[in-house]
Amino acid sequence: MPKILFGSNQLLNIVLQEKHMISSIVFLILTGVASYFFAKNLSKIRRNILLGKDIDLSDNKPLRFKTMLGVAFGQSKMKARPVPFVLHFIVYAGFILINIEVLEILIDGIFGTHRVLSVFGPIYNLAIGFFEILAFAVLVSCILFLFRRYIVKIARFQSPELKGFASRDAATILFVEIVLMGALLKMNAADQILQLRGVEHYIKAGSFPISSWLVVPFYNWLNMSDASLIFLERIAWWFHIIGIFLFMNYLPFSKHFHIIMAFPNTWYSNLKAKGELNNMASVTQEVKLMLDPSAQTPEGYQPPTSFGVKDVTDLTWKNLMDAYTCTECGRCTSVCPQNQTGKTLSPRKIMMDTRDRLEEVGKNIDANKGTFVDDNKNLHSYISEAELWACNTCNACVEACPVNINPMEIIVEMRRYKVMEQSAAPAAINNMFSNMENNQAPWQFSPMDRANWTQED
Amino acid sequence: MSEFKVRTMATLAAAGEEAEILFWVGCAGSFDERAQKITKAVAKILHAANLQFAILGTEEACTGDPAKRAGNEFLFQMMAMQNIETLNAYGIKKIVTACPHCFNTLKNEYPALGGNYEVLHHTTLINQLLNEGKIAIKGGAFKGQRITYHDSCYLGRANNIYEAPREIIEKLDAALVEMKRSKANGLCCGAGGAQMFKEAEEGSKEVNIERADDILESNSNVVASACPFCMTMLRDGVKHHNKEAEIDVKDLAELVANAMDL
Repeated sequence: MPKILFGSNQLLNIVLQEKHMISSIVFLILTGVASYFFAKNLSKIRRNILLGKDIDLSDNKPLRFKTMLGVAFGQSKMKARPVPFVLHFIVYAGFILINIEVLEILIDGIFGTHRVLSVFGPIYNLAIGFFEILAFAVLVSCILFLFRRYIVKIARFQSPELKGFASRDAATILFVEIVLMGALLKMNAADQILQLRGVEHYIKAGSFPISSWLVVPFYNWLNMSDASLIFLERIAWWFHIIGIFLFMNYLPFSKHFHIIMAFPNTWYSNLKAKGELNNMASVTQEVKLMLDPSAQTPEGYQPPTSFGVKDVTDLTWKNLMDAYTCTECGRCTSVCPQNQTGKTLSPRKIMMDTRDRLEEVGKNIDANKGTFVDDNKNLHSYISEAELWACNTCNACVEACPVNINPMEIIVEMRRYKVMEQSAAPAAINNMFSNMENNQAPWQFSPMDRANWTQED
Repeated sequence: MSEFKVRTMATLAAAGEEAEILFWVGCAGSFDERAQKITKAVAKILHAANLQFAILGTEEACTGDPAKRAGNEFLFQMMAMQNIETLNAYGIKKIVTACPHCFNTLKNEYPALGGNYEVLHHTTLINQLLNEGKIAIKGGAFKGQRITYHDSCYLGRANNIYEAPREIIEKLDAALVEMKRSKANGLCCGAGGAQMFKEAEEGSKEVNIERADDILESNSNVVASACPFCMTMLRDGVKHHNKEAEIDVKDLAELVANAMDL
């Protein structure tokens, strides 16, 4: 508040203190509410992921750490596509580093201080200057991302599975990031004018290499009063932090959740050769009994009740974690040989369907007091046979994923259900099976002719 | 094979002899006419390297790979357990195979079922034999030729084998040309995941024709493959473009055997 409205400094101080106290309380309530809902939705996602079957991925922690450091923190797999790599790296670095400034905002918000970290002096000034440059770079990158997605219409963003919410989701995130970065720059612009004018509370701190030329001339041109500038500065400050709270609470519903999930998901990466499909232990015992009926069953042996994946709860928790990690970038789909040749199979859709179905199962459980009530649907209601039977198991999608998601495993597991539970393989595949059973080869040749080539030249 | 006799594990065992290495031929290598040529080239190279090798002959059965990829884990494990019983009965320690699918299954999926062997793909073994001087190729046979290498998914992405096949081509004195999609970015031939045994799903193009486009674009005389299924798909793709007279599809073993005058 400008001094002229009040008769004495004492009165001003009381009013200011009260004002600060009120805003601190409002701020604390907002922080509490935002954190509560965020934690609540995180725990819901955790619950959903743990609906999956158990899988032991606790081995080789040094290699897991190295993988997470390289792939998630170091973005190593993004480099395959240099343009989005650079743009994404800027936004990523901006997210991580500008959060340091958010920390300051939190402290200022709670204690009514202003730019509390400026006690670090020149380092603070350097950091704030750097954050401004970064914020501007993030803003430009997000505009370019929007441009790539909606104007240039890059092929991998045009797939049918991106229609509707997925497309709005992407646009929302980019738009909010642009607005948030804009608020930061506007806040700094008003702040630095107030600092120059020596307005109380606005201590001299920070350096503003971007807002000083991008926004300040605009304010100067408007010839703004101290009061209006303080108002603008506060608005931008509140807007920025409330924006962040809202953004944080949007994450659990968005593909943007990958900014959190990329880290655990790469920690739990598959460390084996990509070619190795898991061995179904449930089948091993059955096959042993089949091959040797006199074999003893182990004590307490329970024959398996089902094979393969019918619904999301038959997947492993890692498959489900994959689904929540997917940011729908479509690198998998763009390298899939079947998708490139016009088939319906899209590895990205497999991941999106898995998440959608899991969310549906989660909501069903919530609505029915903790137990799932059959809804006559399963993962196969989302993923068609044409998609499942198109896969080449070539691992191109697995290789391309920047956060080590494995769509192929879900496809194979769903094929297992089709074949072993429903005997619903395409006729040609069933033929191949019977050839293997009868002739020990996928074709109808006599096994006795297997070495005939040794008799020829 | 008129110059030498390919022996089976059974005959070796009967004679009280042991093989250094088992040559796992695979179904395509045994029955497919085109793939049999690859099989013979591998056998000739092993013989020329003075390796005491043998095959299982009629005791060999499909590894179960296409059944596993198609979701029939029962059939896969039945095939695998029968094969493991045979392999373990002969005390097999080392296996070479010319099929990346057999290679992947034997190497990665048999151990969990009790089959533990040192498994090599033929391109790795041939490259080793060349490096160790156990076989030698005459320079010049492929001089001036442009050879491109098609990465098999089950060697490349599945098992990170990208270099051995390329090193062999370099030793052939030929120009190694990369396609626009190669190594980890290599495009599948369209056969894997049991697609070999069924019609493609509805779409706008066959995968092998898409891959043949890459081959044509690379302007090569020879496409080197390292998998009998890739061989079939690539030949069909090249044929589709009526380029079979200009572009040869050859397995790396055939190229080496050729350069060795075998």
